[in-house]
Amino acid sequence: MSTPALSPPDAPASPASPVSSVAPPRWLLAELTYRCPLHCAFCYNPVDYAQHSTELSTEQWFDVLRQARQLGAVQLGFSGGEPLVRDDLEELVGEGRRLGFYTNLITSGIGLTEACLSRMKALGLDHIQLSFQDSTREMNDFLSSTKTFDLKLRVARLIKQYDYPMVLNVVLHRYNLDHVGRIIDMALEMGVEYLELANTQYYGWGLLNRAQLMPTREQVARAEAVVNEYRARIGNKVRILFVVPDYFEERPKACMNGWGSVFLGVAPDGGALPCHAARSLPGIVFPNVREVSLRDIWYGSDAFNRYRGDGWMKSPCSGCSEKRKDFGGCRCQAYALTGDARNADPVCGKSPRHGEVQAVVMQARTALEEKQRQEGRAIMFRTDANSQRIGARLAP
Amino acid sequence: MHTVPEKPALSRLFRMQWEETQNNYVLLYPEGMVKLNGSAAEILKRCDGQHSVPAIVEELEQAFQASGLRADVDDFLRAASERGWFV
Repeated sequence: MSTPALSPPDAPASPASPVSSVAPPRWLLAELTYRCPLHCAFCYNPVDYAQHSTELSTEQWFDVLRQARQLGAVQLGFSGGEPLVRDDLEELVGEGRRLGFYTNLITSGIGLTEACLSRMKALGLDHIQLSFQDSTREMNDFLSSTKTFDLKLRVARLIKQYDYPMVLNVVLHRYNLDHVGRIIDMALEMGVEYLELANTQYYGWGLLNRAQLMPTREQVARAEAVVNEYRARIGNKVRILFVVPDYFEERPKACMNGWGSVFLGVAPDGGALPCHAARSLPGIVFPNVREVSLRDIWYGSDAFNRYRGDGWMKSPCSGCSEKRKDFGGCRCQAYALTGDARNADPVCGKSPRHGEVQAVVMQARTALEEKQRQEGRAIMFRTDANSQRIGARLAP
Repeated sequence: MHTVPEKPALSRLFRMQWEETQNNYVLLYPEGMVKLNGSAAEILKRCDGQHSVPAIVEELEQAFQASGLRADVDDFLRAASERGWFV
């Protein structure tokens, strides 16, 4: 999943947040399950996901969808894990569409049969985002720790056969950044409308595997040049989204368009999250949709108000002229890298800890030289067994 | 570089709908939304693949008892076309 591209033109630049000035959520991400047939090493799911395995019922999800729509949410993403492992996915799609959501299915394609595609078309599913790990069978299957490349190709053909608008999503890192040209060729062959080249974000399993996944600065620059060549050549035939990863920039990304500004995520167990990675932040009780209404969660909860606006900021963010543009970057990244979520995201050049991010980028080149030695040995795949082991270690 | 179709129709990548909580029309597409102002919505409603551009202008001028809308409609259609809103 990427950061949602939802940016209403009138989105407030981040008011110092009395409740009345808080805009409603626009984007509801329903993470239906953490179960997934893939084991991707860069997954943003929490590393202790196996500890949060109870799932909301169909009725509870219906209720969440209704409440979110009433609040003003208009985009609905079904994600996970792999949403197709839920038996009630089609019912949920139908209900989402009936309520007036624009419905997005975010999937690995595993389990997406022709019958299912046909039924969901009739139910009004608006768009499918299909993930690939690479343009080659070998790398796709290695990175997902499965044999799924050929299956995904068949699913891609079926999605186009049923005339769904389609986004092809490929997460990029050291192992496939040099294949960007071939990945774009693959997107052109498939006839997709959008290609999202999503550079790995270092949360969850991605952070765990950062040393193995981090590309070199040269790789990023080469990939960007290739993307720009293609854009000039193919025009709007396929719209290519490619954003230089924040570790290589001097300013942080406007994470989630601001905390509690547009995005409302609901985890499989009903935990309401202002960002997919928010569970990595300690000391915040995330309200559960089983117990609290979405209205109270969005407007009233400590979790959603904690980093809203800019009153929480410390220096250098509090005095920064760009604080309403990037909101000080990502709270989860600030916590993961500095130990305090209120600090500036250290990918920012103004952060006193920026040197550590630059050091990580530098290490990528050294690591590349040792690639042969490390490959396949040090990667931590996203499996239930690994998650349980990590969860046990994190438990108090 | 972008030519406006003779009878513009909204691309199947987009869905236009009224949003009660925002009190305006929106254009929805994969994982995104564009808020439409009143005149943009009135033009787009008529982009159904049946109306030619002059017919759209004529309807709007009648509906809003206005004249000389052609240039504004052309500007909007060109911008919309550049964004890939039409088939």
